Amino acid sequence: MASNAEHRLRKRLLRIAHLTGLFLAMSLICLPGLWIVLNSFRPTVEIMAKPPVWIPNSLNLDHYRAMFGGVGEGGVPVLTYFRNSLIISVTSTLVALLVGMAGGYAFARYRFKGKAALFVGLMATRAVPGVALSLPLFIIMARAGIIDTHFGLILTYVALNVPFTVWLIDGFFRQVPRELAEAAEIDGCTRWQAFWKVEFPVARAGIASAGIFAFLTSWNEYALASQLTRSVNSKTMPVGLLDFTSQFTLNWGGMCALAVLMIIPALVLTFLVQKHLIAGLTFGGVKG
Amino acid sequence: MAQVQLQGIVKAYGALQVVHAIDLDIADGEFVVLVGPSGCGKSTTLRMIAGLEDISGGMLRIGDRVVNDLPPRDRNISMVFQNYALYPHMTVRENLGFSLKIAKRAEAEIAKAVTEAAEILSLTPLLERKPGQLSGGQRQRVAMGRAIVRHPDVFLFDEPLSNLDAKLRTQMRVEIKKLHQRLGTTIVYVTHDQVEAMTLADRIVIMRDGRIEQIGTPLEVFETPVNTFVATFIGSPPMNLLEGRITDGTVELADGTRLPIPPGHGAAEGRAVTFGVRADNIMPVGHALPPTAHMADVEMEVQLSEPLGTETLLFAMLAGTEVQAKMLNPRPVRLGERLRFQISLDKCHLFDAETGAALRV
Repeated sequence: MASNAEHRLRKRLLRIAHLTGLFLAMSLICLPGLWIVLNSFRPTVEIMAKPPVWIPNSLNLDHYRAMFGGVGEGGVPVLTYFRNSLIISVTSTLVALLVGMAGGYAFARYRFKGKAALFVGLMATRAVPGVALSLPLFIIMARAGIIDTHFGLILTYVALNVPFTVWLIDGFFRQVPRELAEAAEIDGCTRWQAFWKVEFPVARAGIASAGIFAFLTSWNEYALASQLTRSVNSKTMPVGLLDFTSQFTLNWGGMCALAVLMIIPALVLTFLVQKHLIAGLTFGGVKG
Repeated sequence: MAQVQLQGIVKAYGALQVVHAIDLDIADGEFVVLVGPSGCGKSTTLRMIAGLEDISGGMLRIGDRVVNDLPPRDRNISMVFQNYALYPHMTVRENLGFSLKIAKRAEAEIAKAVTEAAEILSLTPLLERKPGQLSGGQRQRVAMGRAIVRHPDVFLFDEPLSNLDAKLRTQMRVEIKKLHQRLGTTIVYVTHDQVEAMTLADRIVIMRDGRIEQIGTPLEVFETPVNTFVATFIGSPPMNLLEGRITDGTVELADGTRLPIPPGHGAAEGRAVTFGVRADNIMPVGHALPPTAHMADVEMEVQLSEPLGTETLLFAMLAGTEVQAKMLNPRPVRLGERLRFQISLDKCHLFDAETGAALRV
């Protein structure tokens, strides 16, 4: 009896320790985000205060108002940046998904010469740090005359995302038994119909998760975008954050406000496809 | 409804040939089972008939059309896969109706066909479920339902029962046979299980290493196997094979035991032969079937017994080879007990020791 009670106590203590550990870890992850949201709503004085003020005295929308205001009053072309970001991210994600689906399907289903080498090659490109690419990319784009265009950035992000989407989607298509497509073909489908009516819907969750990753990569990318954009023609939101720096001052409040606006679409999108995302990731997780 | 005709069908992957010029005529409405050990080319042959594998050589006819290069959808066949291959994102109803929907049939017609198939296979209560919510046997029935909905010329079954447990397998075997009797459609069925082959087939095709060893009705291949491979593959337990040599018009085994040459068989003096006898034809005296025209008897020491209820399987040694024998109206047998066994020679076989071919005259 005594040992039973002891075990129960130990179980309970262990549970408390678990929860505490989880809480600490989550705080570490969430705190910076929370700090950004908080800062976007309070006056600069409070942001810069030492020691830091944890519980805000007053919250207001001043930074947001200023950001959307005129150029002289600390305003930045938020809507233009947002539009640029959206066009570039959505387009590059769609293209990366299409290429990824074609490539992933080919890797999963067909045998061809140099398959292994090609696959390793694709993966190797992921090992190159993005910043190392910025100068060569800049030179090539400048020569081609596509600096400061949507097209230039879309091209860059597609190249950045395709190896990853190919790899991820390949994994998902491997999970779909070959016989499904064969059954569909016997049921009267063409090869093309068998893909769209059977294999694609079955792998949809995985493809959606690949899409999310590609979108977030393009949406948040800063290092390359800061080199390849020049003006409101193509500046994306991460680059737009720099508008809040001037020679001697940093407008932390404004920067945080823009950052919040940046986070929202990504957050909404993630929530919308969350179910798919988790299903997709665990689906891929059991890959043998 | 259609006959299927294979003429010199070859499958090769580069230089590696896995199916060697097979000839097979399947009559309209016939139930043909391709059986053989794994890797014998039976599944590949079936997949060539389905159009899922390219045919490397020869001619394949379904009905009166040559279909070598037609895609699966134009062959008017349906297939049941070993892992069922149900579409996991569709309900049972959608799975059943998929082929008709692809063929752009009218809604009402699809509904009617699905209802009909669901009734035949008692799937009606499951129509709104997804495959993931079904048991193995139910999935199997959906797979069969999907095959029958479109009234194909030929049904192809690729080891459809091997993922089921033993009891369900027996049950589904009966259902498949009933389905065939009801629909009368030509069926080509692949299995590695000789019991399935025997119970289902009108004709059995026994394959080994990409070649056909024998084609015949279940009784033909059981009673007159053309070689030792067929003899041991068909029937359970497998036929006992005893090595010997023809001496003075008898088969002399390694230890000097002499057995008469089975009627209807013959071999030249001195030839190395294999004497084949099934467990059903070698039984202990007093526990055997009534004697047939030609009998012989041997004495053997029992090494192991497996009581099965109505009969007991005895393992005994004869001339250094383990022999399985059946004991009817069994009584307990002590290990090491010496018993006299009687052999029904009319049911025995003689094969060439080298080639394994039957030595019938």
